[in-house]
Amino acid sequence: MEELLSILKNLKPGVDFTAQTDLIGDHILDSMSVVMLVGELNDTFDIEITPVDVVPENFKTVDTIYAMIQRLSDD
Amino acid sequence: MKNILQYLEKSAALHPEKVLFADADTAVCYESFIRKAMAVGTAIASPRGERNRPIAVMMPRSVENLIAMMGVVYSGNFYVVIDSEMPRARVEKIFQTLCPAAVLLPEAWKEERQQWAPEIPFFTYEACAGTHIDSALLENIRRTMVDTDPLYALFTSGSTGTPKGAVLSHRNVIAYSKWFTEAFGISEKTVFANQTPFYFSMSVSDIYATLRAGATLHIIPKSLFSFPVKLIEFLNARRVNTIYWVPSALCIVANWKVLDYAMPDFLEKVLFAGEVMPVRQLNYWIEKLPDAMFANLFGPTETTDICTYYIVNRKFADTDTLPIGGACDNCNVFIIRQDGKEALPGEEGELYVRGPFVGMGYYNDPEKTAAAFVQNPLQSAYPELIYKTGDLVRENERGELMYISRRDFQIKHMGYRIELSEIEAAAGAIPQITACAAVYDREHERILLVYQGSRLEAGDLYQALAKRLPAYMLPGKCIRVKAMPYNQNGKIDRTWLRDNLSVLGRIPAAVS
Repeated sequence: MEELLSILKNLKPGVDFTAQTDLIGDHILDSMSVVMLVGELNDTFDIEITPVDVVPENFKTVDTIYAMIQRLSDD
Repeated sequence: MKNILQYLEKSAALHPEKVLFADADTAVCYESFIRKAMAVGTAIASPRGERNRPIAVMMPRSVENLIAMMGVVYSGNFYVVIDSEMPRARVEKIFQTLCPAAVLLPEAWKEERQQWAPEIPFFTYEACAGTHIDSALLENIRRTMVDTDPLYALFTSGSTGTPKGAVLSHRNVIAYSKWFTEAFGISEKTVFANQTPFYFSMSVSDIYATLRAGATLHIIPKSLFSFPVKLIEFLNARRVNTIYWVPSALCIVANWKVLDYAMPDFLEKVLFAGEVMPVRQLNYWIEKLPDAMFANLFGPTETTDICTYYIVNRKFADTDTLPIGGACDNCNVFIIRQDGKEALPGEEGELYVRGPFVGMGYYNDPEKTAAAFVQNPLQSAYPELIYKTGDLVRENERGELMYISRRDFQIKHMGYRIELSEIEAAAGAIPQITACAAVYDREHERILLVYQGSRLEAGDLYQALAKRLPAYMLPGKCIRVKAMPYNQNGKIDRTWLRDNLSVLGRIPAAVS
């Protein structure tokens, strides 16, 4: 979780990610940051996020992103 | 036909209830679109009978935005769509040149934005759309309009940083949309999905081909390009059969290999323009949709949108470059060498465009107009203005035009004349690279290759490039970025790259 928060902090400095309830709806993550974030998560956690995983529900909050990483790491 | 509204009215008479435009939340049929546009036209028509004045339309990309645009046309004026997210300083710069007669915007923005230009009357869309239609007034306006009246002006960024506003007439769009609908078989069965913003010339094709053919156009919410499977689901839910996107948008789908997971079941035509389409990503689309039509369109805002096109009719290797084909119907192009003579087949020169697609010039800018809209250099017997595109092209052995580069992108490096686009084509063919741009770093006299993709050992990357490029064209430095910067039209932002060479190596989150 700490690693994830530090990636997000690097991506969008100044945002308190733990307090956010809708990263997509509130336009905190735009299309470019989603692409960058996915690349970063793939590299850091050694997972493969496929297009099927790239849906708003998985990127809504820090918790949903974290849940996705855990699910993909188990595979 | 002499007025673009006649196409709208003719299509509406044929099928009034059919959906004309739709966005994520709203859909409007032909008949009610016309009624709302007439209400807006009544509200902003000049009580003193003035015509052909610029009206700035500053609204979110939506059905209402399109109603506002056509409302301006009903009022006997021409519209100028302003990016609603554009910073105030740039809007002010445009307004200095444009001096709009009025600004049309949503109620919610009026209070704040009115301060941007207190001397200009601001109309809210809500009030205009609720106005009682004055048919006699609108008929009167229509009676005095001619097909050479301006329809819109589009501001593009000039290389000097001062935006210039290309003015296009009803006649331009009538001639242009005739070619577009005929060349690609656009009919009342066509369902478009619009990707490009309304302040970008490519949307002109979407909008006016739709009106002319009695088709339907769906506005894709921008956020769907972040979630590619959702994007395909949207295309299927709206039964979209035709798309005309920038290559960067098509590459998002190809790079994610989205079509391995979801197929656009109704898609028949895939058209693209605005930047060079990398062949590797195009081949992915063709492999997945072998029966679809693919076409590469080419042209500037100043020739309405396009002047040449190529319908893909043979296989291309990933390292090939697509032709830009030949001139559109009722449009004529020719190539002028540096010495002012017409180029022979195979010779390189600047592309010139002649005919009714050629716009009227730049608004309030006689200097820039005179530099680009010039007398036909091949004849001096009668006045004939043609447009100099600033694009370098040559004819290949098949008689097709090949795009080389912008005249101002051609660089001299170690005495060699180099096309940066050739370096991009070579790099783009490397499987690990999903997007790239070559820029020239004048300060250090070296070529920089900025790329997005999986990590590549520098040695492997150079080896792959050296197989395809002569030594003098090899980049002096390659920089991997997590994501390429894109401009507001969705194209790779080369201007930003050129202006930010020094910081490129120093953003840890964006660059590695």
